[in-house]
Amino acid sequence: MIDTLLQGLLLGGLYCLFALGQSLMFGVMRLTNTAQGDFIVLGAFAAIASAGLVAWHPALTGLALLPIAFAFGYALQRYVLNGTLGRDPLPSLVVTFGLAIVIQNGLQQLFSADPRSLATGALATESLSVGPLTAGVLPLVIFGAAVACTFALQWLFGHTRIGRAFRAVSDDREIAELMGLDARKVYALATGIAFVTIAIAGVLQAMRTTVAPSDGPLLLLFAFEAVIIGGMGSFWGTFCGAMLLGVTQQIGFRIDPGWGIWIGHIVFLIVLVVRPQGLFPKTRG
Amino acid sequence: MTTLIETRGLEAFYGDAQALFGIDFRLSEGELLAIIGANGAGKSTFLKSLTGLVKVEPGMVRWRGAAIGGRAPGAIVRLGLALVPEGRRLFPSLSVEENLLMGAFAERPGPWSLERLYALFPILAQKRNLPGTSLSGGQQQMVAIGRALMSNPKVLLCDELSLGLAPIVIKEIYDAMPAIVGEGMSVVIVEQDIGLAQRVSQRVVCLQEGRVSLEGRSGELTREQIAAAYFGLEETH
Amino acid sequence: MNAISPSTTMPSAVPHVPSAGEPIVLRGTLLSQVTLGVAVVLVGVAASLPFWGESSWMREFVEIACYFIFASMWNLLAGYGGMVSIGQQAFFGIGGYAMLALGNFGGINPFVAIPIAALGAGLIAVPVSQVAFRLSGGYFAIGSWVIAEVFRLGIANVSAVGGGSGTSLTALRGIDKATRESTTYWVALACVVACVALVYLFLRSKQGLALLAIRDNEVAAESQGIAVKKMKLAVYVVAATGAGLAGALYFVGNLRISPDAAFSVNWTAFAIFMVVVGGIGRIEGPIIGALVFWALNKFFSDYGTWYLLGLGLLAIVVTLFFRQGLAGFVQQRWGWVAFPTQRTLKG
Repeated sequence: MIDTLLQGLLLGGLYCLFALGQSLMFGVMRLTNTAQGDFIVLGAFAAIASAGLVAWHPALTGLALLPIAFAFGYALQRYVLNGTLGRDPLPSLVVTFGLAIVIQNGLQQLFSADPRSLATGALATESLSVGPLTAGVLPLVIFGAAVACTFALQWLFGHTRIGRAFRAVSDDREIAELMGLDARKVYALATGIAFVTIAIAGVLQAMRTTVAPSDGPLLLLFAFEAVIIGGMGSFWGTFCGAMLLGVTQQIGFRIDPGWGIWIGHIVFLIVLVVRPQGLFPKTRG
Repeated sequence: MTTLIETRGLEAFYGDAQALFGIDFRLSEGELLAIIGANGAGKSTFLKSLTGLVKVEPGMVRWRGAAIGGRAPGAIVRLGLALVPEGRRLFPSLSVEENLLMGAFAERPGPWSLERLYALFPILAQKRNLPGTSLSGGQQQMVAIGRALMSNPKVLLCDELSLGLAPIVIKEIYDAMPAIVGEGMSVVIVEQDIGLAQRVSQRVVCLQEGRVSLEGRSGELTREQIAAAYFGLEETH
Repeated sequence: MNAISPSTTMPSAVPHVPSAGEPIVLRGTLLSQVTLGVAVVLVGVAASLPFWGESSWMREFVEIACYFIFASMWNLLAGYGGMVSIGQQAFFGIGGYAMLALGNFGGINPFVAIPIAALGAGLIAVPVSQVAFRLSGGYFAIGSWVIAEVFRLGIANVSAVGGGSGTSLTALRGIDKATRESTTYWVALACVVACVALVYLFLRSKQGLALLAIRDNEVAAESQGIAVKKMKLAVYVVAATGAGLAGALYFVGNLRISPDAAFSVNWTAFAIFMVVVGGIGRIEGPIIGALVFWALNKFFSDYGTWYLLGLGLLAIVVTLFFRQGLAGFVQQRWGWVAFPTQRTLKG
C-alpha cells in the first residue's frame, strides 16, 4: 500500500508539471488553454526531434528548449490569443481547440502516429532504495522538478514586481492599466512562463514514457483535473490536486489496469460535487 | 501659472449614449479644484476621459498643450496624471503594501515613497501585510490615495473620496490634503457633498447632465447659485 | 411582448394593419418567407429521393443529417444558452447505445427506438447537469469532456455491448437493404426538418426571448424575473436530447457501434467547426456550416491529416477575423437573415 502511495505521489509530480501552465494562464487571464496537452506533446516531440539532430544528453536538449518555449508562448499570446480574450469564453476555446487539432495532425504528418521516446540511457532504469521503499530515479527527478517549479511560480507571484503585476491585472485589468501596466504584454509574459513549464513537462514525459501525436487530450484532462481538485488560484493547490489525482489513479491501476484513469475521473467528479471550490481555493475579495 | 490640463468641447460616449456634451475645462499648476454635480451628471465620466478609461477624440484633452485624448491609461499615468477611482477598486489579491507598490509600477521619479505614505497614514503601516480589501472603507480610501500618490503625479484626480464613509473618516482624509498639495501638486476632487467641496477647494466647477452649469471661486459662490446649477434650475447664469 | 432591437436593413412584409402613428412589430421579412417557400419545395424533392436517387446519396444524407442535428444542438447550447461544451458527445453516445440496447435486447424496432433513446439521453442529462453546472466558462467545457470520457470508459467495460470493440445492431437484420436505407433516410429527413422547425419556433417564443436575455446579461435577466437556472437546465436537457437523437439515428444508419466512435470528441470538434464557420447564435449558422463541412469533406477528406489540419486552421481564422461566421458576415454586408428571430419595430 505504501508503495502504491509512493508511486501515486511520483505520478502526481508529473501531473503537477502538466497542470502548472494551465493554472497560470487561467489565473492571470481567465484563459482556458484546451491545447495544453497538445503543447506538452509538441514540446516532447521537439525534444525528440532535436535529440535526433544533436547528440546531447536529453537534459541539455530540454534546457535549450526552454527559451524557445518562452518565446513561442509569448508570441502566441501576444499575436493570437490576446485577440480572443474577453467576457465570452468561446473565442479562446475555439482557437485553442483549433490549435490542438492543428498540432495533433501536424505532428502526425511529420512523425507518423507511432509513439516515440527520448533516449535517456541509464536514468530511465536506475532506482533508489530507502528501507522497504524503492523509487525510480527519473520519477524522483520529475517529482523534484514539480516541487521546484511550483515553488518558483509561487515565489514569483508572491514576491516579485511581475508577480504583483500578474495578480493585479487578473484582479482588475482596467485599474492595473491605470498604474502604467500594459496588459497585453503582461499576458504574453504569463503565457511565456507557462510554456516554459509546458516544455519541462513535455521533455520529462518523453523521457519517462513514449509519446504519440494523439496523446494531447488525455494530458489536458489530467492537468485540468489537478487544477480543479486542488482549487483555483494557488500553485501549491494545483500541486496537491495533482498528488491526489496521481494517488487515486495509482490505486485504480492496482485494482485493475483498465480502471486507473476512469477512477481518477470519478474522484474528480466527486470532488466537483462535494467541494466545487477545490481543496485549497484562494478566494478573491 | 502653467496650464496642465485643458479640455475643449469634450464629448464622451458610452456606446451610443452621450454622457458629456462639450466640456470646456482648465486646470493650472498647484490648483485645488472641486467638481460637483448630481448622480449621472458626468463627473466620473469626465475623470475617466482625462485618464484614458473612456476613449475620446485626441484633441479634446490636452496635457501641457499636447493632445492626449483616447490614449492608453498607462501612457497617461506616465505623463503625471493619477486617478483615485470611484469605489476605491483596490486589488483584492494584493496586500496593502503591494497595492501601494503597484502604484509605483510606472516608476516615475518624485518625493512619494512607502515611508512617506506610512508617515501620512500611519494606520496603513500597521496593516501593510493584510489583504487590501480587508480594511475599513476609510482605510481603503487611504490606500487608494496612497496608490495614486506612489506614481508621483503632477495632477491627482479623486473620484468621490467620501462615498460611503463616516464624517469623521472623511475629515481625517481631507485633513491629509494639505500635505499632498504642498508639493505643488494639482488636485481635482469630485464630490457630491457641496459644502465639503466648497470648504476644501479653491475653485468649483458644477456639472449638470453632461454640461458645465457653473464655475467660480469657492468662496464667491452662493448656496443659491450652486443649488440652481446643481439641479439645473432656471436661475443659472 | 415587444422586443426592440435595432433594425438591420430588412425589407418589410406587411402582415399587420397599422393605425396611424402606431408602431408595427414585424416578425417576418420577405427573405424569410421566400426561404420558407424554398425550404418546403426542397423537402418535398428530398422526400422523393429514394425513388430516383442512389443509395449512396441517402447514406451520405443520413450522415450529414446527424452532423447537422448535433451541431444545431451545440449551437443552441453555446450560442443561445451561453454554455460552451466539449462534452456533448456523451449524449450522442448515450443515444446510440440506448437505441442499440432497446433494439437488440428490448426487441423494439430501432426506428421506434430512436426517439425513445433521445428521451433517455435527455433524462440522463438532468443528473449530469448537477455535476457539470458546478463549473462555468472554459472549465465547464473541459469538465463536460471529462464526463463524456467517464461514459466512454465506462461503456468500454460493459461486455454485454461488446466492451471496447463495440458491437452490431442485430435488430435490423430481418429487413431488406433497400427498405432499411429508405426508412433511415426518411427518418433522418424528418429529424432534420423537426430540428430546424422546433429550434426556430422555440427561439421566437417567449422562452426563446428569455434565453437571449440570459445570454446577453444573466444578472439583468434574473432581476427581470427570468428563472435563469431553470432555463439553463432546460436548454441543456433539450440539447442533450437532440444530441441523443443524432446519435441514435447515426448508428441506425451505421449498424455498428463502438465506444470510441460513439463518444469521440471529434463529433464536438466538427460541430464547433460547423457552427463557428456558419455563424454562432444564428439558426442559419449550422445549416451553412454543415453545407461547408460536407463540401470540404467531399473534396478534401482524402488528404487525411492535412484536411483536418486545414479545418482547424480555418476555425481559428474565422474565430479571429470573422467572429460572426458566414451568416453574420452576410447579415452585416447585405442585411440578409433567412430565419429572423429578432422582432423589429417599424414606424
